[in-house]
Amino acid sequence: MTNAILTGLMLGGMYALVAMGLTLQYGVARIMNLSYGEFLVAAAFASHWLFTAWAISPFVGLAFVIPISFGVSYAVYRILLTPLVRRAPNRDALEVDSILATFGLMFVVQGILLTMFGGAYYSYSFLAIPVTVLGETLALNRMVALALAVIAGSALYLALTRTRIGTAIRAVAVDPSSARLVAIDVTQTSALAFALGGAMVAAAGVLVSMFLTFSATTGVVFTMKALIVVVMGGIGNLLGCLIAGLALGLSEALVATFVDPGLTLAVNYALFLGVLLIKPAGLFGRAQR
Amino acid sequence: MSGPQAGTPILETRALTRTFGGLVAVDRLDLTVYPGEIVGLLGPNGSGKTTALNLISGLLRPDSGAIRFNGHDIAGAPAYRIARLGIARTFQLVRVLDGMSCADNVRAGLAFHRHPLPQAQIEERVQALLRRVGLEAQAHRSVPQMTYIDRKRLELARALALAPKLLLLDEWLAGLNPSELQTGIALIRSLKAEGLPILLVEHVMDAIRSLCDRCVVMNGGRKIAEGSVNAVLADPAVVEAYLGAPADA
Amino acid sequence: MIGAPAAFVLAVAVVAALAAVPFLADAYYLALAISLLQFTVLSTAWGLFSGPTRYISLATAAFFGVGAYTVAVLGEVLPWPLVLAIAAAIGVLTAVVVGFSTLRLSGVYFVIFTFGLAELIRQLVVWYEVNKSRVLGRYVFADITQTDIYWQLLALAVVTFLVGWAIARSRLGFALRIIGEDETVARHCGINTTLAKVVLFTVSATIMTVAGAIMAPRWTYIEPSIAFNAMISFQVVIMALLGGAHRLWGPVLGAVPMTLLFEFLSARFPSTFTIIMGVVFLLIVYALPRGVVGLLARLPRRPRETSEALR
Repeated sequence: MTNAILTGLMLGGMYALVAMGLTLQYGVARIMNLSYGEFLVAAAFASHWLFTAWAISPFVGLAFVIPISFGVSYAVYRILLTPLVRRAPNRDALEVDSILATFGLMFVVQGILLTMFGGAYYSYSFLAIPVTVLGETLALNRMVALALAVIAGSALYLALTRTRIGTAIRAVAVDPSSARLVAIDVTQTSALAFALGGAMVAAAGVLVSMFLTFSATTGVVFTMKALIVVVMGGIGNLLGCLIAGLALGLSEALVATFVDPGLTLAVNYALFLGVLLIKPAGLFGRAQR
Repeated sequence: MSGPQAGTPILETRALTRTFGGLVAVDRLDLTVYPGEIVGLLGPNGSGKTTALNLISGLLRPDSGAIRFNGHDIAGAPAYRIARLGIARTFQLVRVLDGMSCADNVRAGLAFHRHPLPQAQIEERVQALLRRVGLEAQAHRSVPQMTYIDRKRLELARALALAPKLLLLDEWLAGLNPSELQTGIALIRSLKAEGLPILLVEHVMDAIRSLCDRCVVMNGGRKIAEGSVNAVLADPAVVEAYLGAPADA
Repeated sequence: MIGAPAAFVLAVAVVAALAAVPFLADAYYLALAISLLQFTVLSTAWGLFSGPTRYISLATAAFFGVGAYTVAVLGEVLPWPLVLAIAAAIGVLTAVVVGFSTLRLSGVYFVIFTFGLAELIRQLVVWYEVNKSRVLGRYVFADITQTDIYWQLLALAVVTFLVGWAIARSRLGFALRIIGEDETVARHCGINTTLAKVVLFTVSATIMTVAGAIMAPRWTYIEPSIAFNAMISFQVVIMALLGGAHRLWGPVLGAVPMTLLFEFLSARFPSTFTIIMGVVFLLIVYALPRGVVGLLARLPRRPRETSEALR
């Protein structure tokens, strides 16, 4: 039981980290990014390549992957998504357009990964040292990943609440038309938030690659889980993200231990639906309509 | 089961409450409408009048409180069920179906009764309702091109098509020029003459004075006055709600 | 456009001509015709639901897969018509469950849910197969020829169009038009909008399920990952949107050219097919002048944002 709870918390922390980027992308830039998981997997592949071909540790790899991902995401927003933003008459239309555009992007990225790496499963072992905590054996890499996730999340939270840019980002998330009235460049801020989200998901990809097996086609599952966490936690709400992530991780770990490990996605969905049917704006979301 | 007796309200809300986040939009509202009367629901902007209508028509669910209509408990019931039970309404921003014809707009109110009429009778009713609201000459115009008051009339015709036992009007007379206003007031009075009880949210004083049997005044979600039109408009609490406290108080 | 009797005669002539194809075409063209029919059925069924309601469903793969996998499981055990009927029944059940759970939610959440639905069902099927039947991957032994498949698909296509036509003329169709115009008004007219949407969703999904069942004998070996392939959801959405989802005959206009394009691309560029499809899709999304939403007949109205009443 303790094992299940500890595993669940660690898993939940990871989910929260994975989802934080999406809550930025969706909550601020209003882009429902269905290709999100593909970026995570791409970062995982990058980390794998850096480690196996160049013996560069994932922690160092972060220094490469994060800025590159930031840049790529920024470019994606500016080149690919800005035309959609410009012509969408309202936020709802933009959501629909962005879903389909990123659906297409998902296939492009997945296709590129398939061409480069094929459909095989990849993994590598890094820092897989057992550590005893509370009488249970846990892997060091997962713990370090969780610690980094907490640090990243806290850094993001502080950035959003203590800096001017962070406040601008939060303003755009709440009400873009009012944000414009106080001289916030909504397009630029959205681009920044989107890029920041891309950087975060890449960081998550590097971290999870240390202990998870992945392939070119596993992106969808990550996207789904991130979407579930973001929606459950309330869109644009970092704290909600954390709590929803933990809830998801815990429920998954408990079901995997006591019911069946093959039913994890079903549990995710059940939790997702359950929360939305009771609280349509998510656990902590503001009612948007 | 026999219908409600005169003296039994057709609509009664008790301690009706609805909040949005931290804002209490409707605060323990007690409201009654008796058969055959027009009740005015007044109050400054943001006092909760439209929210109250939305709670009654089923567009919103109340957080607590009861709504009793014609012997049924409807608090929290879905809007379509409330419509079938006999409450019809118009909206503050006119909602007519722009992509459909005038006749189809009215037919929308006729096609989904619990026991819908046969086809031929439906067509007769459509024409009759268009005549009733004064739109028989407009029947072939395209809806988006109709004038503001004609769109309001169309919305009213759709509401009447439901054969309602209670009509909720949300600022139906707003934005009309003086002659349109007189026509509109006459139309509503004629509805009352046919025995239809009406709950009227209004700002237009002429309309309130000439139409309402009774008034309820809201402010900040709460009922602050109730009674005849003159009594209510002279009530100092009401005056303060609309105009603010006197400068030298 | 043309009078009703003339349209009827034309339709019968078209169907008769199509029915004669197996006698005239060789194996390659028959296979192509089957693909064309398959995507016609799927995209028209998709448009049946997503056109009026403007909910974008990415669940095509889920229902198609359910139909295909039912055949894989029951194909050798039961007579063919019964297998089709059971597949349809499972499709109905799944659609009702999914519909009632998700159609109350706003459109975006519906899209998310349907996006992962194929993956969810695939996981459930894999779990069941691994733990209960101890089989993963099944051989499809059904005594069905290509010609049989073609004629069944043709029949299904006819049924699909007939159903679409019948719904449009019915009270349900009227209700759906009103819902598409203004859902709040629809509710206040006594329309149970959730039920209407669920019924429509179920009709659309069941057609997709039966299509999957009919197509199953084309594969000799089916695994859950083959049956529940998200690619098909994606292709169907492009086709329907390209042809126009707000008219019954719209999706077919997109399905025919896109199917031909996909056949060409997958033959010429088999390894980069996925990438090219993604690019094609992106091109279509960008080429639409009013965006994807514009193709779904009319933009969603929000009283705050459109002030036609004050024009």
